[in-house]
Amino acid sequence: MPEEAISLDNPAERLNEEMLIRRIRNGEHEFFYELIRPYERRVYSTAFAILRNEADAEDVAQEAILKAFKHIWQFRAEARFSTWLISITVNEARMRRRREHAEIMQPIADHQDEEGNYTPRDFADWREIPSETLERSEVRQKLAEALASLGQKYREVFVLRDVQHLSIEETAKALGVSTASVKTRLLRARLMLRDLLAPGLGGNWSSKLSFAKGTKPW
Amino acid sequence: MVMSCAEVWREISNYLDGEVAPDLRAAMEEHLHGCQKCSAILEGTQNVIGLYGEDRMFEPPLGFSQRLHRRLEENMPHQKGTAFGWLVAVAAALLIVGSFEVGDSSAFVRPQLRSEHAQPGNGVPAEMMVIVAEDGKTFHAAGCPFIHDKARLRTMPASQALREGYTPCVRCMKKYLTENARYDADDDDDGDFISSAGQASK
Repeated sequence: MPEEAISLDNPAERLNEEMLIRRIRNGEHEFFYELIRPYERRVYSTAFAILRNEADAEDVAQEAILKAFKHIWQFRAEARFSTWLISITVNEARMRRRREHAEIMQPIADHQDEEGNYTPRDFADWREIPSETLERSEVRQKLAEALASLGQKYREVFVLRDVQHLSIEETAKALGVSTASVKTRLLRARLMLRDLLAPGLGGNWSSKLSFAKGTKPW
Repeated sequence: MVMSCAEVWREISNYLDGEVAPDLRAAMEEHLHGCQKCSAILEGTQNVIGLYGEDRMFEPPLGFSQRLHRRLEENMPHQKGTAFGWLVAVAAALLIVGSFEVGDSSAFVRPQLRSEHAQPGNGVPAEMMVIVAEDGKTFHAAGCPFIHDKARLRTMPASQALREGYTPCVRCMKKYLTENARYDADDDDDGDFISSAGQASK
């Protein structure tokens, strides 16, 4: 299943990264651009998924990458560089969020019992994804809206695991939670998203979507 | 093991991640085979993972990369500064090592003479006793007519005189300096030093 596609990184790439990191630490700073090039988009999308706002996401992505540069000597080789970079991004984004949304109440979903069973609401058969689905900007928009409507703790886990393809252990480490929590939240996040998207993607988008602004079906 | 729909839903995410034990997996597959609802949920969830896992899902805004690089450039320390820092550190280390080596058999480690005035210690035997004047700049062999202040003289090994910053007298110490000059000249085979030394001594 997704497993093979996900957590194995290319050993040659990793070796190259180690070499780049060594050179950057030795003062050849220009190699930092090469080191981060493959991850720029991932840093941005992580920040965006947490902040749900382009301008903030870009600013936080820059901050996170700059921080990675300044603290490159703290990076430990036993972790993947990408995981380390994503963890920094998560922290930066959370800090920004706390600063700017300190008074805003968390969505109700965040207070729900994590152990409680989630019952799917929609049993529409949705067996095929048309290959051109993502070409349509309105589809991408619906996906972004659905993800944005999840509570933060579900969104964070889903983004790291299913958008950034971190392993369950790496996700747990990046977020500072247990692997059991990651699994529980991931289950909910995936099922909630399926409920939100199945009617549209399984049938047609003209049917009224239940995740219109302000409504939360769970 | 017979599973209910609710039990299947609880494990559906772990199932997709390959995180369920083989017997549980078998039981789930048996249930899924006969339950249209659950297989719809399984495949829908799989679709969700597939769609969001696509690279083009979250595109950064136009110019993102350029703005990022500009910001990095503004915040990176200058390369020259860092390289200079290293040079200073290396030079300091060499000086420390050098000062220990002066005490060894020869006054300086390796002749680098281009002018007997500039780098004058080469080839002077480290143990040879020499005479320095307190306010002078050079050290001399005993009896040298160029010893300045004859009232305030000290006698010490050449190595110590060098450590204290004295340079050999170009007259009385000439033979040590000339020997080194020849050595250098033979080495590069260009004879430059001999001619410049000749001019200097005229």
